[in-house]
Amino acid sequence: MDWLTDNKIPLGNWMRTFVDWLNDHAAFVFYFISDVFGFLIDGLIDLLLWVHPLAFIAALAGLGWWLHRSIGLVAMTVLSLLLVVNLGYWADTMETLALVLFATALCMAVGVPLGIAAAHRAWLYQVLRPILDLMQTIPTFVYLIPTLILFGLGVVPGLISTVIFAIAAPVRLTYLGISSAPKQLLEAGESFGATRSQMLWKIELPHAMPTIMAGLTQCIMLSLSMVVIAALVGAGGLGKPVVRALNTVNIGMGFEAGLSIVILAIVLDRLFKQPERRAAR
Amino acid sequence: MTTPTQSDARTAVDFRHVDVIFGKRPKKALELLDAGQDRDAIQAATGDVVGVCDATLEVKEGEICVLMGLSGSGKSSLLRCVNGLNTVTRGEVLVRTGDAMVDVAQCNAKTLRQLRTHTVAMVFQQFALLPWRTVAENVGFGLEVQGIPKKQRDEVVAEKLAMVGLDAWKDSYAHELSGGMQQRVGLARAFAQDAPILLMDEPFSALDPLIRNKLQDELLELQQTLKKTIIFVSHDLDEAMKIGSRIAIMESGRVVQYGTPEDIALNPADAYVADFVAHMNPVNVLRGASIMTPVEVLKRLSGGRILVEPASGTVVKLDAEGGAATATATAAAEPSPVVEYQGPEQVADLPAHAVVAAPADITMREAMEIHRATNAPIVVQEDGKAVGVIGHREIYQGILGREGAPEDAPAPQDGKAAGDTSAA
Repeated sequence: MDWLTDNKIPLGNWMRTFVDWLNDHAAFVFYFISDVFGFLIDGLIDLLLWVHPLAFIAALAGLGWWLHRSIGLVAMTVLSLLLVVNLGYWADTMETLALVLFATALCMAVGVPLGIAAAHRAWLYQVLRPILDLMQTIPTFVYLIPTLILFGLGVVPGLISTVIFAIAAPVRLTYLGISSAPKQLLEAGESFGATRSQMLWKIELPHAMPTIMAGLTQCIMLSLSMVVIAALVGAGGLGKPVVRALNTVNIGMGFEAGLSIVILAIVLDRLFKQPERRAAR
Repeated sequence: MTTPTQSDARTAVDFRHVDVIFGKRPKKALELLDAGQDRDAIQAATGDVVGVCDATLEVKEGEICVLMGLSGSGKSSLLRCVNGLNTVTRGEVLVRTGDAMVDVAQCNAKTLRQLRTHTVAMVFQQFALLPWRTVAENVGFGLEVQGIPKKQRDEVVAEKLAMVGLDAWKDSYAHELSGGMQQRVGLARAFAQDAPILLMDEPFSALDPLIRNKLQDELLELQQTLKKTIIFVSHDLDEAMKIGSRIAIMESGRVVQYGTPEDIALNPADAYVADFVAHMNPVNVLRGASIMTPVEVLKRLSGGRILVEPASGTVVKLDAEGGAATATATAAAEPSPVVEYQGPEQVADLPAHAVVAAPADITMREAMEIHRATNAPIVVQEDGKAVGVIGHREIYQGILGREGAPEDAPAPQDGKAAGDTSAA
């Protein structure tokens, strides 16, 4: 047994050397990304905070009515968000919302095309599958360390970690939706002379839409679950009071901040959930 | 790339020695096929499935060609070669586009797309309607793919929906419609393409028998005005016989017989076809000329008279041109004029014991209707000449088949067109 432990493979060293090398030689790339994303998120936060909370709540209520035509949903949205304002967590909630929206947008922008490409190329899915599994199962803290080194303290490493964690959902669900398009619908499209892009836009994507939307809501929820962890590396928002409450053993603050996260999660989930699914065939 | 054109109708689709192999090793499979191996042996050796082998068929413009066989016989596989849904492994599939014939097996993507948008439209067994689109949007799908502007599209869609009687449903979704209505949408979608060739892959098989019958009738009625070339896949011989101008019977990927419905009913090429035919209802398929007893074998009496039915003693007197003029229905009766057959609506008014003169292409069903009304033999005439007679014995023979037919009533041997066999 000794020979096995004596000759330790220096995996950890290799990884550290690799990250160091990246940091030495490609730092400007990461700083550039960090600056751009940081600028965009700060802009989004400023925008959300610029709107008066009551106007914002009214707008969300309007959106809820337009999408779902449900009095209950609108009432729930208004009351729960008013509670957040009352508790004094509105600014933190907006910061978290900005982070979540930005991370979700990034995930969808990368994940949906990737899912479509994987559905069309079997080899790509074979390559992607273990990578997606890895990204979902590897503990967040493990890649939080290198992202922290590469992107510096702040909101961006939190964002990157969130994207790594959440992107698997849109990729997988887009893949599932596109590749489950019934053969006969594809044949119908082909037989009427549809080009490849027409097949995608007129048959595959409309068929996959409910599944892709499920990917969107999942992505939002996964992003929200990363809020506290993002706060550990310096991202603002509702995670910050939670972390602070943890450090100071402040039950009250922890509860209030946690409740705000839950409220945001429920409101976003109900708002973006696919409105009444049309019975497929 | 040219085909010999015949005087009457041009060739619309020409299958020449078509082989379709599904799988990864088509070359090897073709070798084995040429070596005379059968489907199972080829599948065991290569893992490939032989869909179609050495199919040669010619479909004329304006006719309905039915590809008929059990499931797995390759009929759908062959159909799908016409618009390239299946790839032809070897052979040619020539499709008429305007005055030229395009080989689908060889053509490039652009030509294939052109063919699919303008020449060949398709109707599917499970309808294949897009569930997120309304009926009107489904019908307009093909036009949308061609980039035709919405306004123009809407006109065509409205016209085609009216044609299949669904204008009131244009804003419904497919799942809100019954199966029969869904397939009408499928038909309208194919018609909207304005393609001269229509592929129908078991279009009515998923429907219940009453609706199926109704849609068959509607299709035949529409075909009267549309005059498209239709290739129709079916596993139901009665359907094939009803719809088809010609029928190709397929078995294990091969075309075992190709001919008119009557030809197939009368002269099955092998035991497999004969087995099919044995379970078919011949009443709508067989025509006067193929079930009648020819006039040559009837007993001639003096004075240009013929004993058409010995059992009842019915005698027909011919006129100078050889047509039936008067008839004596029973030995005792006075001669009365032969009644010229006008059409089914006349049957109810026929007097008992009237001898009717009917054209050679009268269906067996009509002959039976007449016989039921008159209870007298029917004289079959062609170009004003009496060529044969149909009595109850001929009707029984038509239903029961030719086995055990008496020697004095030989069944037509070459069974080509109905007229040929009886031309005196």
